[in-house]
Amino acid sequence: MDYIVQLILSFFATAGIAVIFNVPRRTLIYCGFVGVVGWMIYFILTEHGMDIVNASFFSSFIIAIVSHLYARRFKMPMIIFIVGGIIPLVPGGMAYNAMRNVVEDDYVQGLQYGLKAFLITGAIVIGLVFAEVLIQLIFRSVRTGKARFQKVYKK
Amino acid sequence: MVLHEVDNEFTIDCLLLAGRIMIESGAETYRVEDTMLRMAHSQNMLDAQCYATPTGIIFSLGKTQPTRIKSISNRVTDLQKIALVNSVSRRLTSHMITLEEAYDELKSIQKTNYFLPIYIQVISAALASGCFLIMFKGGWSDFLFACLAGGLGFLVLLLINDLTKVKFFSEFTASLVVGYIAVFSVKYGHGAEIDKIIISSVMPLVPGILITNAVRDLMAGHFISGMAKGVEAFLTAFAIGAAIAVTLSF
Repeated sequence: MDYIVQLILSFFATAGIAVIFNVPRRTLIYCGFVGVVGWMIYFILTEHGMDIVNASFFSSFIIAIVSHLYARRFKMPMIIFIVGGIIPLVPGGMAYNAMRNVVEDDYVQGLQYGLKAFLITGAIVIGLVFAEVLIQLIFRSVRTGKARFQKVYKK
Repeated sequence: MVLHEVDNEFTIDCLLLAGRIMIESGAETYRVEDTMLRMAHSQNMLDAQCYATPTGIIFSLGKTQPTRIKSISNRVTDLQKIALVNSVSRRLTSHMITLEEAYDELKSIQKTNYFLPIYIQVISAALASGCFLIMFKGGWSDFLFACLAGGLGFLVLLLINDLTKVKFFSEFTASLVVGYIAVFSVKYGHGAEIDKIIISSVMPLVPGILITNAVRDLMAGHFISGMAKGVEAFLTAFAIGAAIAVTLSF
């Protein structure tokens, strides 16, 4: 039951953010799907006891792959699909806790939360970059393989 | 000869317009350079050079050809314009439209405001804030307060951005509004968790697109653009954090 509620809400949250960034109208639903995929992976992994940093990495990895496929399908820049999916993963809670502890003069605790937020941001970024490099490698090898096949076939 | 030069001036105008619209709508720098160079190649300008940053473009068509600089002062996030310019450039490079048609289309893209009406944007910001509250394991009793804080915060952001044109100030004020609504809803209303309300309501203000673009630029080797966008994202995050700190310290 909890999973279903999360699924529906993550769709609306991501689509709402996509409206603010003014994505093209016909891709609005697909932006929502990207957000749902990303958030459900993150939610399930953290519910089963995985660390937030690792979960963010895997989630952003999948988000980038799905966005890349949509970008190819619609012939639009990839950034349109990524943005909505990334927003729920941004470590807002950690950054908030860091800020609150600093305001309350508890600098050590604040630094701890701040570092964690920094780590999560890094994990999201690494996930995006890894996925992009991987996908480019795959598509390039597919393309060269096809070309080589055609060459052999013609001979 | 004279005709030839005039023709090149028009080409460079068209390419600079495309690059300018993309940067002003918040595209990645490497995509801007790539688009402009592809368009130049389609017009048989094989020697073209382009250097783009978030604050300006330097573009040259070749050794003996004109070079132009275009400086850019304000940037917003408008993904629809990026997609439209992208489709124009695709059609130009596959020779489905001529340069003149491309220029006319780009002009009309630049003039048009593609944003949805403000009330729809505010409603979707409010809805997103409410959904984020439940996603971050808040209680349903805080749902309406999060909607109120998120929607009003975003409305204030838009209004003050229109009035002052200073991004830092508008983000600071918007977060201040979010913080005070959360504080008062817990103190005098029936709100339960002040932390969850604040975290979910500042989500529409978070600079997500800037962070992703900054990193993708850095990875593509555009260090100056990446650093510049990173600093812009940091400034936004700092504005939000400072405002929340102010509300919490009272």
